[in-house]
Amino acid sequence: MVCESWKAKLDTYLDGELPEGEMRAFDAHVRGCPSCSADALTRVQMKRAVLLAGKRFTPSAEFRKRIQESVAPQPRPPVGLGFGLRWMLAAAAVILVVGTLTASYVRSRSSRDQIYSEVADLHVATLASSSPVDVVSTDRHTVKPWFQGKIPFAFNLPELQNTEFSLLGGRMTYLDQTPGAHLIYDLRKHHISVLVFQERSLKLSAGWDEALLAPKRLPFNMETWSQGGLRYFVIGDTSEADIDSLAKLFKAAS
Amino acid sequence: MPHFERLYNFACWLTQDRQEAEDLVQETYTKALKGFSSFQQGTNFRAWIYKILRNTFLTSRTGLKATATVPLDVEGEEEVLPTGKETPESILLQRSDWQRLQQAMERLPVPYREVLLLCEVEEMSYQEISSTLGIPIGTVMSRLSRARKMLRADLRPAIQEG
Repeated sequence: MVCESWKAKLDTYLDGELPEGEMRAFDAHVRGCPSCSADALTRVQMKRAVLLAGKRFTPSAEFRKRIQESVAPQPRPPVGLGFGLRWMLAAAAVILVVGTLTASYVRSRSSRDQIYSEVADLHVATLASSSPVDVVSTDRHTVKPWFQGKIPFAFNLPELQNTEFSLLGGRMTYLDQTPGAHLIYDLRKHHISVLVFQERSLKLSAGWDEALLAPKRLPFNMETWSQGGLRYFVIGDTSEADIDSLAKLFKAAS
Repeated sequence: MPHFERLYNFACWLTQDRQEAEDLVQETYTKALKGFSSFQQGTNFRAWIYKILRNTFLTSRTGLKATATVPLDVEGEEEVLPTGKETPESILLQRSDWQRLQQAMERLPVPYREVLLLCEVEEMSYQEISSTLGIPIGTVMSRLSRARKMLRADLRPAIQEG
């Protein structure tokens, strides 16, 4: 299939709406095609921009109160009232319960997706940058001291001997206005980002799952966990098993 | 309340007027409460309540006016995407120029604006959008594609002006 055929389906791919087999084929193509990966990046940026620009209007407190009052269940009617009125009250109660559960689910999912998007943006933007790392070194004893004085915490980098991973370097980064470390690793010519932040500085941390799953919209796998007061993210386009292997090396080193 | 803030945001984008959006959301909840029997348990509650809001909007004066003269589902020329370093998207992100983007989104005709918002902001699947808007999935895809092209075309001159 020539690139034009792929590009015609690029939006559908980025929306996560292609059949599973086609998604995998697309993943493989995008990784090896600079033109399609550049187009994918610009379209992801636009999706992200529209998402942020689209969350624009917030209801006033007065309006919220008015709606709450209008849908709130009325006092229990005396026995003998019509079936219709009792049914209406039951329906209102069901809506409120469903609403609470649904809103909770949506908030939780939205929060997870937001975190995923932020981390994915950091990963993609860094790889697209002409200088993805500020400290270029395969030696962890060079990279770790470079962060001293630049970020308000210290962390350990794993020993990579006898593994397929190699360290390419690191840079400072920010998530949720919190400074952190961004490390880039290479695995069979794929780049994997490891991001480390102070857990208590991240306002979004409440309710995170230890195994944060990436939405199907983008071709990345991600793992996150908290250890020793630090929040780690490992993200890349390699398999879940590869991401997990690197995560385990960090867990063992911390 | 189910999806209150998101419904309000969507209503504001449709009506482009906060007072009208409040009326629209209020009417949506009233109709949802009255018509709860039409909601089938186990089906998509979000698509159901968005459908009520959207149908209510379409029958309002603003909705009728907004959708009266929009040519739909016209396939345009395939856009040639720039592959250079500077694209409308990257420049917008660098500038954090949300206002320009929001204005371009406001200028999209309602059928394109709504499908773009449901996909990108509400993060609905094509199936959910199809169910909410009552249109086939193929139409969802073509409108979405057209909306994105129109948005890019609208942003390009603004970006070139600096």
